[in-house]
Amino acid sequence: MPDSAVRDASTSAAPAVIEGFPAEQVLGFLREMLIYRRFEQKAEEAYAIGKIGGFCHLHTGQEGVALGFVGPLRPDDYALSAYREHTLALAKGISARAAMAELYGRVGGCSGGKGGSMHLFSAKHNFMGGWGIVGGQIPLATGLGWAIRYRGEDRVCVCFLGDAAVNQGSFHESLNMAAIWKLPVIYVVENNGYGMGTAFNRVTTTPMVEKSRAHGIPAHYVDGQDVLAVWRLMEDLLDRVRDGAGPQFVDAETYRFKGHSMSDPVSGTYRSKEEVESRVREDDPIAHVRDLLIQSGHLTRESLERMDEEVRELVEDAADFADRSPLPPEDSLHEFVYSDMDVHGRLFFDGRGG
Amino acid sequence: MAVMTYRDALNEALAEEMERDDSVFLMGEEVAEYDGAYKVSRGLLDRFGDARVVDTPISELGFAGLGVGAAMAGLRPVIEFMTFNFAFLALDQVINNAAKTHYMTNGQLHVPIVFRGPNGAALQLAAQHSQACETYFVHAPGVKLVNPATPADAKGLLKAAIRDDDPVVVMESELLYNARGDVPEGEHVVPLGVADVKAEGTDVTIISHGQMVHVALQAARTLEKEDISAEVLDLRSLRPLDMEAILGSVHKTNRAVYVEECWPFTGIGAQIVALIQDEGFDDLDAPVQRITQADVPMPYARNLEKQSKPDAARVVDACRKVLYRN
Amino acid sequence: MATKVHMEALSPTMEEGQVVKWLKAEGDEIAAGDLLAEIETDKATMELVARGDGVLRAILLGEGRTAPVGDVIAVIAAADEDVSELVAAAAPASTASPAAEVEEEPARTAAPTATPPSHAAPATTPPPTTPPPTPQPTPPVVRTDTPAAPAAEARKDGGRLRASPVARRLAREAGLRLEAVVGSGPRGRIVKRDIEAALAAGTATAPAPMPDVPGEDFVDVPLTQIRKTIARRLVESLGPVPHFFLTADADMARATELRQQFNELELGARISFNDIVIKATALALARHPECNAWWGGDHVRRHNRVHIGVAVAIDDGLITPVVRDAHARPVAEISNEVKELASLARAKRLTPDQYTGSTFSISNLGMFGIEQFTGVINPPEAGILAVGAVEERPVALDGRVVVRPRMRMTMSCDHRIIDGAQGARFLATLKDVLEKPLSVLL
Repeated sequence: MPDSAVRDASTSAAPAVIEGFPAEQVLGFLREMLIYRRFEQKAEEAYAIGKIGGFCHLHTGQEGVALGFVGPLRPDDYALSAYREHTLALAKGISARAAMAELYGRVGGCSGGKGGSMHLFSAKHNFMGGWGIVGGQIPLATGLGWAIRYRGEDRVCVCFLGDAAVNQGSFHESLNMAAIWKLPVIYVVENNGYGMGTAFNRVTTTPMVEKSRAHGIPAHYVDGQDVLAVWRLMEDLLDRVRDGAGPQFVDAETYRFKGHSMSDPVSGTYRSKEEVESRVREDDPIAHVRDLLIQSGHLTRESLERMDEEVRELVEDAADFADRSPLPPEDSLHEFVYSDMDVHGRLFFDGRGG
Repeated sequence: MAVMTYRDALNEALAEEMERDDSVFLMGEEVAEYDGAYKVSRGLLDRFGDARVVDTPISELGFAGLGVGAAMAGLRPVIEFMTFNFAFLALDQVINNAAKTHYMTNGQLHVPIVFRGPNGAALQLAAQHSQACETYFVHAPGVKLVNPATPADAKGLLKAAIRDDDPVVVMESELLYNARGDVPEGEHVVPLGVADVKAEGTDVTIISHGQMVHVALQAARTLEKEDISAEVLDLRSLRPLDMEAILGSVHKTNRAVYVEECWPFTGIGAQIVALIQDEGFDDLDAPVQRITQADVPMPYARNLEKQSKPDAARVVDACRKVLYRN
Repeated sequence: MATKVHMEALSPTMEEGQVVKWLKAEGDEIAAGDLLAEIETDKATMELVARGDGVLRAILLGEGRTAPVGDVIAVIAAADEDVSELVAAAAPASTASPAAEVEEEPARTAAPTATPPSHAAPATTPPPTTPPPTPQPTPPVVRTDTPAAPAAEARKDGGRLRASPVARRLAREAGLRLEAVVGSGPRGRIVKRDIEAALAAGTATAPAPMPDVPGEDFVDVPLTQIRKTIARRLVESLGPVPHFFLTADADMARATELRQQFNELELGARISFNDIVIKATALALARHPECNAWWGGDHVRRHNRVHIGVAVAIDDGLITPVVRDAHARPVAEISNEVKELASLARAKRLTPDQYTGSTFSISNLGMFGIEQFTGVINPPEAGILAVGAVEERPVALDGRVVVRPRMRMTMSCDHRIIDGAQGARFLATLKDVLEKPLSVLL
């Protein structure tokens, strides 16, 4: 975010703490969110030249949610989302290289090129997808929570969903069951106000924070563009859930700076150009942290540019890696449809035996 | 050997597998305190407790998906649908989530889950509660599906399904729950994908699975009186499909009749016929015949219901036809 | 850090774009979002937008030039940044197609695989003339020598012999001719029990082989690498069937004499030059099986029997009824059959088995006074012979100019199957047969 308005500031008098966070940590937040932003811009560029195909949903503008909810998780906690999940995957520890290569459909991708933009997975990082059907991941998160409780572990599962998904039956069935069994699941609505081209207020008559009330699940509201607020809330919720408080529900208000997908305009009949421009100008989670750091004297124009340069190189390296990574081999077509191909009888009916 | 009902054989399989592996749990509507809508889970709550035998809300989509998530985390859920008629609500979770996850994750995650429950026509339950649902599930690569015809196979196949690392749909034939038969005692596992010759013959192969195997056997007995020797091949598994058994039998008899409870249009039989014509063409002496449920929703009226179902008389006619005897 | 400016896909179907105009010049300051260039896509002229800040350091694709989507066409970087490597790396890209990055297509046979015309089991073709007798009821009748009647029942409509797959397999394995078996199934289908009965009767095995036709009816010869390459290259050059043409001029004096003498015998049959050409061609083909062949895409099928397609003009086009086993049948019989087929053709009453399955074709425009022409091959056959008129022409013979009846023949050859020398050898044989035509009568 190089910004001509950035003023140089002396670091000598900088306080060590910003809104209760060590300044070093906040600098880390900035760098992390810059990676998300640059990653999505690179994806956009790669899509424009045909390196990435299919549907591609960018998370640009929602970086605060990604970092604030995923950052405080332990490596053994689960996270999963629908299809706007690139940066959530990065936040959970998947490398930019593996994520970008997956977007490119290459063998070096985190799903071996078989998933693509909507299906990033890493079992090692407990990042459980990457799901393509609105609301389809919510019962899965509930099941992951079930497994945690079944084994008596103190892990937590965080389930991201868009605002439109709360109108799916899967949402209500899942919240009800999670409540009955006090499952350690935090359901986070990334409330960006629009389900594709439909404003949320057109498809509901009750506010988002009330959606879990009928199921007896505590609801929380947070400004998703304020990563510090999100982080604080999430740390608190994780403590509570690990202590057995049962499922939690969060309405994280945020804003999508880009279109629903790459084939969708940034603004259009459903939201005005002015609305988008004003939110981008005034409600950028990255600019928010940047300004805090600059005002508190922990960031200069030079250090920001250095940071951005590093980040862009990291993302460029990811794209280069993706480009170099080969396409999956043809003979892998039938691989991993089943765990064990060497079973009795025939599993496939297109000319392949086994 | 012990003589027991199909229902008790399933119950025994569940109990043995839960005993053997504590990652196995049973979840579904009325499975615990009510002992199961069809009493397949009778006594399991007392034996294993409510952490492992779990009553659910009426939320098929929800608990099917919960099962998939739990399986992704390494548990071995057995999800009971009170009947497969209700499983359509959960089809998204079975097809989009359970079946595809292993592939989509490039092998990183397994979904070792069993979806089970009664399937097929019952008696005067009408259009929405009396139907065979195999085709919906077996169509999707990533799903395995079995449909046992006898108590022994019911036990052996359910045990194999629970131990399998992939999603397995176990369709139990509702009308067979009270059927009695010999069941081997102790460890009895029937591998998925192995068909079984239920009656040997030389003139025509009647291929079937589940409840329809008994219709086929009845037809074979009638044909015997006409000096026609019919082989009854019970597929037991629809995916994996034991094509070697099918082709082997057709090679011997040169004629095949397929009997199923599904509708004819893109039914299981369509797949069987395609494979026989493709790989067993030179063995055929007549076009393969299919006997299926009539291509209509199940009527309620007793006479219409009877008329719509596959029965032994129709199978006998089809066998005569492929033998050029009519 | 430098930003590469790519040729972007500005329409969903765009594969390459042309720079209409650069809106910025090298050295201009650029901010992300600035319009850089106008690009002509396959649909319209669109604007290309900068995706990075800096200075437009290099323009790599001039106005009016075209590059595939994905190519680097300019570089934006800081004023003092070294972009030489980027420029160097990008340079070849602006000429190479992005296809170079795509996995190479596995080498495939470029030629479309010609589907042989419906060859309903050649063994089932009965002599066309025998009338069907009354179908006999069971038990199935088996015959030994004259293949004839009972099969007619199975062939009634459309002439196809009906037999179940296993019946065909068992008959093949036992060396039993299906024509010899009466089918007891629906519509005369020969089924397994019919074969079993025939075999039990014990008389049906070892059918008389076709004269001059040992073993199977054809041999499939796998393509060699060079054959594959020739096939692929020539198709690229000349279309799916790469033709080449060979012309020979035959002296028809003795053939004219022979024809006269034959017709003076008043055998009730009169033969034409065309009948002689058919028979002579068939004999020559029998000696040059490489020309009596079909293109099979990944193999060449050499036929051991010669079925000549004879082009017949009909009201709305052309059809080539087939004279089967022309190499093995008397010319008079061929003559009769051609007449019958031609009249059926004009009446549009040919059945599919009467106009499919030819292994080579002949087109004769001599009756129109055409001296010489070329025919278009009837795929998947290896060739077609275009026959001109028999005309008196002055030729040099033994140092003197004499007037002789001559006939020009041009053979169109499928270069995927046969080469020039092979075609020439065949044509030389044909010329020889025509000039010493006694063998035509044998």
